[in-house]
Amino acid sequence: MAKLVSPLTQAAINAEEFAKVEREKSYVEASFERGLLHHLGKALKDNKLALLCLIILCIIIFSSVFAFLSPYDPDAMDVMLKMAPPSAEHWFGTDELGRDSFTRALYGGRVSLTVGFAAMVVSVIIGTTVGSISGYVGGTVDAVLMRIVDIFQSVPSLLLIIVFFSFVPNNMMTLVVMLALFSWSGVARIVRAQTLTLKERDFVIAAKTLGVSHPMIILKHIIPNMTTQIIVAASLSVASAILDESALSFLGYGVALPKSSWGSMLQNAQQYILYDPLLALIPGAFILLTVLCLNILGDMLQHALDPKLHK
Amino acid sequence: MKKFVLKRFLQMALVWILVSMFAFAIIYFAPGDPLYMYMTPGATGHKLTEAELQAMRESLGLTGNVFQQYAAWAQKMMHGNWGISIQTKENVLSLILGKLPCTMGLMGASMVLSLIIAIPLGLIAGTHKNKLSDNIISALTYVGVSMPAFWLGIMLVIIFSMQLQWLPSSGMRSIGVNTTWDLVKHAIMPSIVLSMNNMAVFVRYIRSNTITQMEEEYVLTAVSKGISKKGIMYGQVLKNCMLPVITVVGSRFGTLVTGSFIVESVFNWPGLGTLAMSAINNRDYPVVMGITMFSCTILLLGNFLADILYGFADPRIKIGKE
Repeated sequence: MAKLVSPLTQAAINAEEFAKVEREKSYVEASFERGLLHHLGKALKDNKLALLCLIILCIIIFSSVFAFLSPYDPDAMDVMLKMAPPSAEHWFGTDELGRDSFTRALYGGRVSLTVGFAAMVVSVIIGTTVGSISGYVGGTVDAVLMRIVDIFQSVPSLLLIIVFFSFVPNNMMTLVVMLALFSWSGVARIVRAQTLTLKERDFVIAAKTLGVSHPMIILKHIIPNMTTQIIVAASLSVASAILDESALSFLGYGVALPKSSWGSMLQNAQQYILYDPLLALIPGAFILLTVLCLNILGDMLQHALDPKLHK
Repeated sequence: MKKFVLKRFLQMALVWILVSMFAFAIIYFAPGDPLYMYMTPGATGHKLTEAELQAMRESLGLTGNVFQQYAAWAQKMMHGNWGISIQTKENVLSLILGKLPCTMGLMGASMVLSLIIAIPLGLIAGTHKNKLSDNIISALTYVGVSMPAFWLGIMLVIIFSMQLQWLPSSGMRSIGVNTTWDLVKHAIMPSIVLSMNNMAVFVRYIRSNTITQMEEEYVLTAVSKGISKKGIMYGQVLKNCMLPVITVVGSRFGTLVTGSFIVESVFNWPGLGTLAMSAINNRDYPVVMGITMFSCTILLLGNFLADILYGFADPRIKIGKE
């Protein structure tokens, strides 16, 4: 008889559980109202690795932006201090002309990050435009645009960029345009798939019935609802743009001198690996760290924000 | 199926033509005359006359507007006449075919290497989802896709050629040595560098495949029949996991081609990439055009074959029935 639970406590437990369920329900309901930043914040809070990657990225970006605070001029030579080992004054030593390696890596980061982010912005803009129009309009327009996307996906991009830059003088603008030209197709596919599902949703149909124009529906109702997917694609796109840029610069077809990116620093360092391996280690480590963080962040966000993966 | 093959083939041909037009246009509109090196007296000290230059232009197909030139080039290309190298006066096609074995060997070795390593790793990670081994393998794949291949190459050279002095740092053979072992020694590092990225992609792919396959009902049936875990893995799951890998292998041909260019430049491997770089630097237009189209063909064929093979290998995919 001792095992008999009093109906009162039973009810109390139920009330507690009921409250819990209610809380979760209201949270889920409220989450529809909450903005993107809240979702991103929660995803980062739940995933410590993603947060760590974001912090590292921010440090790299900020130190590149504020590289001028370094006491050294990236181009100031000091012939007495050629290929100096790391010291208190020169954290990562100096290069073959006595320039401070750490300062140079930060300035190189400016170029690499600028190219990476600019290429991402251009490719996201093109990809989103093409993808949303293709998905929203459908029919022949969709078929034609998607065939163009197919073509861009099966083109040997890096090879064509090398051929392009071997005959056309390169600067940062053309580099960004070329990188974006061959990377928007992936974004377009993702955006199109999202548009296809979103355009059947009630709020879009409601907007249509109210007589909102098609461009307005795309801009105000469809694109804002897939910001998370676009952010994920953007983060992976920056990563691949930085990698491609470094490969191009390494082959000598990237950013033109006197500007130097991480890739061109590596190209330069390759000649001196016999004397100073550290020269090659640093820019590559910066590329690896940046791209690694972007990739992990992108994947983690995708997992965190994908409702299908929530269990 | 026939309809699908035809459709894919036509699409492939279209991409091929567009790429050739793009490359041709770049070269046509590029500043500088391809015959520049003959206009100024070089080592021979002989300056070509205007008439000789004109004759040379005609023989190289450099007369007429861009469309005429393209048409002439395309016609010759179709007949197997890929032109003559401005630099060495050799036939472009035979120049490419001569360098092909070196690059193909490297690509083949790296593909085999990446599959041999990726299949077991992917299966281990997939069957031990979220365990320590999976976490380690997944972390490694992140590093694999995020690392610039040429940097890995430089690091390997520093460690294994300079510090440890185990492996040669560049070239394909040592001078005066003609043994297989010597060739293998030269090929180890380039193959590893070239396979790293693909390896990471394959591991991820096989891992996620294994995870989905393990949740399928046939696995449950096999378990309830009392088949051992190993038996299920090797007898059934493995086969189903490998199917989609075919497509990925095909779609990675593109990275393999451009990747081999980078690897060859790091290790001075005397293949197509090195040929391409020297042709580009010397403005040897026929060779540049030839290599671009050749690489493009390899890449497109890879994608094409992967799609077709996938259709054959998986009877559930009824392609072409729309």
